This record gives sequence, C-alpha cells and structure tokens, in this order.
Amino acid sequence: MIKGYLGVDVGSVSTNLVVIDDQNQLLVEQYLRTNGKPIETVQQGLYAIGQELPADVQIAGAATTGSARYLTSLIVGADIVKNEITAHAIASSALAEDVKTIIEIGGQDSKIIILRDGVVTDFAMNTVCAAGTGSFLDQQASRLLILIEEFGNYALKAKNPVRIAGRCAVFAESDMVHKQQLGYNTEDIIAGLCEALVRNYMNNVGKGKEILAPVMFQGGVAANQGLVQAFNKYLGLEVIVPKYYGVMGAIGAAILARQASRKKIKTSFKGFNIQEINFKTSSFECKGCSNACEVVQFYENSELLARWGDRCGKWEMDSM
Amino acid sequence: MKISFPHMGYSYLALKWLVENTGHECIVPPEPSSRTLDLGVRHAPEFACIPFKILMGTYLEVAEKGAEVILTSGGMGPCRAGLYWVMHQYILDELNTGVKVVAFEPPLCDLKDFIKKLRWVRKTGGLSVKEFVQAIRITWEKIKAIDEVEMLSHEIRPYETNRGETTRRLWQALEMLDAANNEAEIKDAMQEGLKLLQEVSQDHSRNPLKIGIIGEIYVVLEPAANHYIQIMLGEMGVQTDRSIYLTSYTRKNTIVNLEGDIFEVAKPYLGEAPIGGHGANSIGETILYARHGFDGVVQLAPFACIPEIVAKSIIPTVTKDYGIPVLTLFIDEQTGKAGVQTRLEAFVDLLEKRREVKAKRGIERLVI
Repeated sequence: MIKGYLGVDVGSVSTNLVVIDDQNQLLVEQYLRTNGKPIETVQQGLYAIGQELPADVQIAGAATTGSARYLTSLIVGADIVKNEITAHAIASSALAEDVKTIIEIGGQDSKIIILRDGVVTDFAMNTVCAAGTGSFLDQQASRLLILIEEFGNYALKAKNPVRIAGRCAVFAESDMVHKQQLGYNTEDIIAGLCEALVRNYMNNVGKGKEILAPVMFQGGVAANQGLVQAFNKYLGLEVIVPKYYGVMGAIGAAILARQASRKKIKTSFKGFNIQEINFKTSSFECKGCSNACEVVQFYENSELLARWGDRCGKWEMDSM
Repeated sequence: MKISFPHMGYSYLALKWLVENTGHECIVPPEPSSRTLDLGVRHAPEFACIPFKILMGTYLEVAEKGAEVILTSGGMGPCRAGLYWVMHQYILDELNTGVKVVAFEPPLCDLKDFIKKLRWVRKTGGLSVKEFVQAIRITWEKIKAIDEVEMLSHEIRPYETNRGETTRRLWQALEMLDAANNEAEIKDAMQEGLKLLQEVSQDHSRNPLKIGIIGEIYVVLEPAANHYIQIMLGEMGVQTDRSIYLTSYTRKNTIVNLEGDIFEVAKPYLGEAPIGGHGANSIGETILYARHGFDGVVQLAPFACIPEIVAKSIIPTVTKDYGIPVLTLFIDEQTGKAGVQTRLEAFVDLLEKRREVKAKRGIERLVI
C-alpha cells in the first residue's frame, strides 16, 4: 500500500487536482475548467482522479487552496486549507530549494513571490486590473481566431514586435486593433502583446521587488512560449518553467496535506465517490441587527454542514 | 436644522450626540453599504478616489433622509481631498438636493473661518457660548471613550475562543456609550464596556502576531471601506494597532503618538517636499511600528492615491533598513473580500515563518 496525498486548487478559471506520494512525486493530475461551478467541478474532478489513481494508493491526507478553498474543503474533507500564495511558494521550493523568485500567472490573477533561503520574504498580487492574465490572453486569441495553444508559437516567429500599450486590458486591445488596421502582421502584434503584458506585470506586481535568479515561471499562462521569451528578454535571464507548471498550486497543497497528516491520526478525506452526494448552498438575510448580513448555509444532502457570511459569528457552527 | 456628517467608524455616535445637544436634529449617516457605493460611483468623477465616492454616496443618502446641512472637514496641502467638499457641493447642487456643505478647515490654517463656522452652528441652534463649549467637551469625552473600547477590542480579539464574541461585546459597549449623556455617565459606560471586553473568554497561551495598520485616513478609519480589516485580522489571531484614531493626538498610549513628530521620523526617507495626505505619516509610522517590535505593517491606500503611492515606493527601503515587511492593499470599488482575505492569510503565513526563523536563529546563537 502506497500513501498518497491529495491537493485541490480551485481557481477562477481552472480546477486542478493532484495526488503525490511520500517523496513529493506526482502520481496523477487532473486539470478542469471551473466554469463558474466550483462544487460540480470538484465532484467531477475527484471522481476522475480517483479512477486514474493506481489501486494500491491510499489517500492519507487532503488539502485545498485557491479562491474557493473554504467551500472546497467542505466537499473534499480537507485536513488543511491554505491560501494559494503560500501553496505556490511551497511547491516551487520543494522542486528547487534555491528558487528566489516565483512568477505566477493564472486565469484572473498574477502574483510575484520573493523567497530567500526557502522562506517567503515578500509577495504581491495584481490589484484592480486583470490585464496580463490568462483570461485576457484567451480573449485576444479568440479575437484573432488563433487557438490559445498556438498563441505563443506565433510570438516566437515575430521579427519586429510592435509596441502595444500594456497598462490596461481595454487600452491594449484598442491599441492592438489600431496596429492591425495599419497592416502589421499577426506574429509581430502577438509578440508585442506578450512584451506589453510582461511590462504591465513588472510595473504592477513586480514594482519595487528584488528579482533574483533562479526565477520560476508557473501558472497556466507559463504554457505560452511567447511570454517565456518576453520575460527572458525583459529580465535578462532564463526563467525556469517547471514540468507541472499548471498545477503547482495543487502540488503545494498536496505537500501541505502530507505535512498536516503527520499531526493527525486519521485524514478527514471523504473519498473519491462523492458524485452521488448532493452539495448545495442557500442563503438568507440575518435580521438580528442593522448589518443585515447575507448568511450562506452549506448542505451535504439534507445535513447542514456549515454557515458563513455573518460578521458577528452568531451563526457559526462548531464544525468550521 | 437637520444636520449630518460623514460616517467614519464609530465616531458617528458621538457626533450624533453633539448635533442633538446643540439644538439641531441629527440625520445619522448610515454605515456605507453597496447602495452608498452605487450612488457615489454614479455621481462622482470616474477618477476620484474611493473616499470621495463613498462620501458622495453618504451625502446623497442623508439628503434623501432630509439633511439640510452636512458638516465635514476641509484640508490643505497637496492632497486633493482638501477640495473634495467643494466638489461635493457642486454635485449636490447639480442634483438639486438643496444640501449645504460646511467644511471646517484646520484651525491653524484659517482660524477666523473656523470660529465663524462654529459660531454659526451655535447660533442657529440657539445655545450660549458656555452651553456650546460644554456640549463639545462632552462629545470629546465620548469620542475618547469610543476609541478606548475599540482599541481594547483589537487587543483582545486574537485571544477569543468563540469567534465573534469580542465584536458582539464591543457593539454592546458602544450601545451603552451611545446612551450616556454626561461626563459621569460616559465614564461609567466606558468602564462597564471595558469590563465586558475583558470578560471575553480567552486563550492566553496564544502568542499573536502584531500588525500595524497605516495609510489614508478615511480607509483606515472606516471599517466598511477597508473590509473590516482589523476584525478580519483579529479573527485570524493577529493583534492590530492602527495609526489613526480621532483622538490620537491627545493620547500617550498609542504607538504612533509615543515619539513626537512623525515627520521628523520620516525625514531620512523624505527630505523636502510634503507629499500630502498621510503619505509622510505612512513612512514614519512604518518606522515606529518596526521600532516597537511589530511583526509587520499593512498599508491601506485608495486606488490612485498619490500620497500613498509615493509612500509605497519609499517603503521597500524602510523594509530593508528596519526589517519590517509591509503589505499594501489598494482599495477601490470591489466589494468581494476573498482577494483581501487571501493576501492577508499569505501575509500572516509570511510573518509567522519569519518569527519561527528568528526564534531558531536565537536558539542557535545561544547554543554557540
């Protein structure tokens, strides 16, 4: 019997699940689109990864991360819940001990994490603007009728990347349209866009941060060779794209699950076959005071598992 | 007259008392909500910062409720907030609300104007000078008492064993203070409130992290504008001290007030030009929190706030020199708190890890 540890990362765009073993080796992975339905997606993903997992692996710990980490922890039965910044840092430093900078670009957010001696010393996340994240690239690719998977290759073929304003997704788009109308070729425009996104990233989240090598580039957007090249050019070094760049958050969670399992007698993991369970939420407005908090109730079949959303804590249940 | 004013944390309780006890009727400003923000955003210039928009919304809400006069503060110097009341007045006029905005400029900047406006409030309420001064004194005592119980709540919350108990007791304490009508009653209510808070069931085996909250005054003072950050951090097990309380400058027990001139402290990093708002304060306060052994600092900045942006770009140098991590949160129209929660959790992880590493190094040194 091999012990496995499950990590689930539910983000705005994608839901990733991985199982690792005691040596942090990845056994199986699943990558799904969240499509705005985190509960169903997690159920599907769990079932799928359970099917794929070798029969002699037994889950000894589970953890969740990502923006839906708390909701997901109730569905999965997580032993630990952790924010995605910490999860990413843990995954990268497990992979390469000496990593000093992590660039992570996902569906709707981008972050930079600075580590020294394996400890996070600083980080930043994009604030009020999503320019330069996966969603924007998706949109531009479909506007140019190019598959997102092909996007990066176009950029690599460019000879003279055009300059595109990268400050804001809306401005970038109109700038791009203008350049198209002037007859610049698609390759140069896409390469220009990649450079603009890197500039935006560096000016926004990278501002004032001390970026030292080795730099790891991860998140779904790291698949884009055009961006890898643009980062290399801007930073004057070679960024490292880890093999499992797309599921690093989930790997970090799985590592945390392994650490947490040492302190627990038995995992809270509910198993892979939770497809039949009906998870649902309902909400009501608390009339207790003038705050009128919107309280969310979370049910597993007909059993009430948890409530949240109240500011005063009076609806809090022991299980949380 | 029907008088209202901006909503800033719990201070509205004291200001309500002042208005009601100077011969006027008070239109109590509601706590900023999504409706406040909607109204503000609809009528404010797109590039105005979030304090402008929330205040705009608040003013329109109190206008609906019949307010005739809004008392607010002016301000001088490079931050545009000093001109906000003028702009608010324009917009209120344009919308035919009939509301008059009366702004008190800092007395040191225009003492005559300050006194003139105070006298106008007094006379229209029909009070004698003596009565008016007495009312202001009681109000001041009330604000001090409110700050006192709030400060204690932020100290105690990280130790609470039942989430929310501290907050609920704070609300009880504030209700008692609300009902107090003279100095003796305020004192009693305050003692009673402090006692209530001390009796929260607590776990003193915890060793909470300490975080200082700095930044622009409105987003620091109004919990509804900053995602109730002090409560959020408190429930994550962190003790917070914020740099600004309305009564700060009369206090001896707040960190920021312990060391005289904040601009003097910031001087090595910001020599000449005043950058307006609370920018220089943010730099100085980061240094003070570092000196007093705080684990970290959270800077709250309205999106596009120039003073705080300047401060933000200087702060990394302070972080390097004093070894204190700073997290900047930009505050704008978004109301979802998940993003803030994620950043704060990660920041707390970072600070905890730092503490661990420091402790380990300490032990290693002892062994050697």
